[in-house]
Amino acid sequence: MSEKGKNAVKSVMIVGVGGQGTLLASRVLGSAMLQKGVDVKVSEVHGMSQRGGSVVTYVRYGETPEDRVYSPVIERGEADVLLAFEALEAARFLPYLKKGGTVVVNTQQMDPMPVITGAAQYPRDILEKVKEQGVHVLALDALALAEKAGSAKAVNVVLIGAMAQHLSLPREVWEETIRSTVPEKFINMNLQAFELGFTTGV
Amino acid sequence: MKELLLGNEAVARGLYEAGVRVVSSYPGTPSTEITEAAAKYEEIYCEWAPNEKVAAEVAAGASLGGARSLCAMKHVGLNVAADPLFTLSYIGVNAGMVFAVADDPGLHSSQNEQDSRNYAIGAKLPMLEPADSAECRDFAKLAFSLSEKFDTPVILRLTTRVSHSRSVVELQPRQEAPLLPYQKDPSKNVMLPAFAGPKHKVVEQRTEDLRKWAETCEINRLEDNGSSVGVIAAGAVYQYAKEVLGDSVSYLKLGMVNPLPEDLIRELAAKTKEIYVIEELDPVIENHCKVMGIPVHGKDVFPRCGEFSQAVIARCMGKELPASTAVEETIPVRPPVMCCGCPHRGVFYTLKKNKVYVSGDIGCYTLGASAPLSAMDTCICMGASVSALHGYNKAKGAEGEKKSVAVIGDSTFIHSGITGLIDIAYNQSNSVVVVLDNSITGMTGHQQNPTTGYTIKGDPTSAVDLEALCKAVGIRRVRVCDPYDLKALDSALKEELEAEEPSVIISRRPCALLKYVKHNPPLEVDAAKCIGCKACLGIGCPAISFKEGKAVVDHTQCVGCGVCTGLCPKGAIGKKEERPE
Ligand SMILES: Cc1ncc(C[n+]2csc(CCOP(=O)(O)OP(=O)(O)O)c2C)c(N)n1
Ligand code: SF4
Ligand code: SF4
Repeated sequence: MSEKGKNAVKSVMIVGVGGQGTLLASRVLGSAMLQKGVDVKVSEVHGMSQRGGSVVTYVRYGETPEDRVYSPVIERGEADVLLAFEALEAARFLPYLKKGGTVVVNTQQMDPMPVITGAAQYPRDILEKVKEQGVHVLALDALALAEKAGSAKAVNVVLIGAMAQHLSLPREVWEETIRSTVPEKFINMNLQAFELGFTTGV
Repeated sequence: MKELLLGNEAVARGLYEAGVRVVSSYPGTPSTEITEAAAKYEEIYCEWAPNEKVAAEVAAGASLGGARSLCAMKHVGLNVAADPLFTLSYIGVNAGMVFAVADDPGLHSSQNEQDSRNYAIGAKLPMLEPADSAECRDFAKLAFSLSEKFDTPVILRLTTRVSHSRSVVELQPRQEAPLLPYQKDPSKNVMLPAFAGPKHKVVEQRTEDLRKWAETCEINRLEDNGSSVGVIAAGAVYQYAKEVLGDSVSYLKLGMVNPLPEDLIRELAAKTKEIYVIEELDPVIENHCKVMGIPVHGKDVFPRCGEFSQAVIARCMGKELPASTAVEETIPVRPPVMCCGCPHRGVFYTLKKNKVYVSGDIGCYTLGASAPLSAMDTCICMGASVSALHGYNKAKGAEGEKKSVAVIGDSTFIHSGITGLIDIAYNQSNSVVVVLDNSITGMTGHQQNPTTGYTIKGDPTSAVDLEALCKAVGIRRVRVCDPYDLKALDSALKEELEAEEPSVIISRRPCALLKYVKHNPPLEVDAAKCIGCKACLGIGCPAISFKEGKAVVDHTQCVGCGVCTGLCPKGAIGKKEERPE
């Protein structure tokens, strides 16, 4: 790595189960960074794994407007924040977290097909095991909070709220981005979901 | 204005800005969003063609007719479009014509990992490869001017990472490209041997001219950082290399990957002591350097298989990797599954129960190959289910015919299954073909197709009558079944397997994710009735799991399709309101 061109880039990895709305979370984060005026790249998953498979989205952005983002992907030991929509997925992608990084995780558990068929087991107390690895863990029941906000579908926005606590962006930028990303009639519900996630994320 | 665009959306933006008028494509991950995004511009006529060969020919016709045109496809789609590709190379263009082709290193959503650069070499066509969304837009525009300048179709090569990553693009206005006049010119456009012979010479000369252009064009860039190590890279791989190696090496960043700028390569070699060619998949650039007599590192250091990343490059070049941590527990894999309420599920359950050989195909229903349904024996390429079943039955005779079926989705059937069915009818194998008509192209994210009755823009249009089509090609036994009705499906299958002539079963019900499909309230398991036999788990619905000795239905996922109810010997799964609280 060169000395002069040392880039300061933040990496946020968003993981979950295909269909949970991880793409929206990465788009909101990406747009928020664009508004802030820094370089940003978002790498999405389309296609096959969107059908209930394990999905990964990467968001990388410069700390200052001078910093350039080259690679759109995040590798092992590189993520500053791991946002997991499901507990098992947090454990699966934990190796991608940087030393001293933060995991924001939905406590919801969804059995993958090998567990349903009995070919494998869902590990017990998986989030406890994640915590034992010496990383910061913020666990929240995003499904319950989303249902409180009005729809189980708002899990993603609750989690965006919780993650927002750990990224240095003014709250207004987040709210503005949510307003411009979700359909008109769901704006209030989503802002409420964001609020619930944001206050739980402290 | 700045926007955060997917590489594919940026290509579409490039089409808009370049004044493109006609786009014809067949969907395929990771190329699909190019055409979906292009369809949002009113100025561009867009369509989903029945397959990639048709799409390429439509685009070629539009170019002859004077309009800048494009066809987009995934890498394997170019196999289907290869026939027009090779001869269009001889004909050239009237208005600019571009093939956008998206490769899938790492097989995120594909059946193979082929490298489309080999097609550019084989068909003697220029190929551009962008490295981020801004370049996607710029190279898309450049491709059209190159196409017109050198009288050639141009291939724009993308990879999953570039197609599906968002980065910043500064939007520019559209520049109209006026419709060019058509001039009759058989020596240019009619590829008879007498005309094609001289054209081949023109093509060879064109490649030489393009090579000269490649030496000085802006998109091939020598970044001299005064290092003794040089790197040659293009596309996403260039970004990974920059991430790992920064300014510690010199680069030849290629925007044009065919033909290659030999002088620039020699210049890099002269300035450095050691060259690394970093490229995913095949050693295309590496081999070219070696033929030129320039020793380079390539596949001696980097893998031939799979997708690269900064970590792959760092590992191969002996750099330190960041520390990471993991839990000790084995984490079960989470493969993709058919959605709750998917109309395909009942069909595969029935096929499994009847223990038949299933000649498979590509679509959401390929997920029927995984446990617990495990009801697929083969999957080759689109359309192969039908023709390969015919071959299987010709090999095995009656013994095979009574115990085998082909399964094929509606979009795939139109793409290339119908020709196989014509073979079954014409050459008489007693085969059973199950057409899985979910009224959409599901796998690639729900595109309209010729059977759905809607165009890419959502306008109503004529729909292929599948029953009439099958009958017209000579199949007399054609019947329609509702895949939610497991009993009816089972008896239809048994009857058609017994029948003494070829037959088609159309399993008809729309995909559960379509907006117009109304779902029922979630079902529940009556824990008092459940005996823990796990029979219901055999349907492979992600909403049903087993907790503390009883089946449970996840109310956030279940769409109340009812397919699982028939599996329970005790009738324990049912509607909530039917049971006392
Ligand atoms: C030649 C080729 N083109 C495109 C694709 C991408 N692709 C895979 S399956 C499929 C169509 C799936 O639609 P359908 O047959 O209707 O089945 P469904 O997914 O709706 O169940 C497409 C376009 C491919 N694999 N090969
Ligand atoms: S998208 Fe539609 S066809 Fe594909 S698995 Fe889901 S329900 Fe089935
Ligand atoms: S649990 Fe049963 S009713 Fe609900 S979606 Fe799955 S198969 Fe259909």
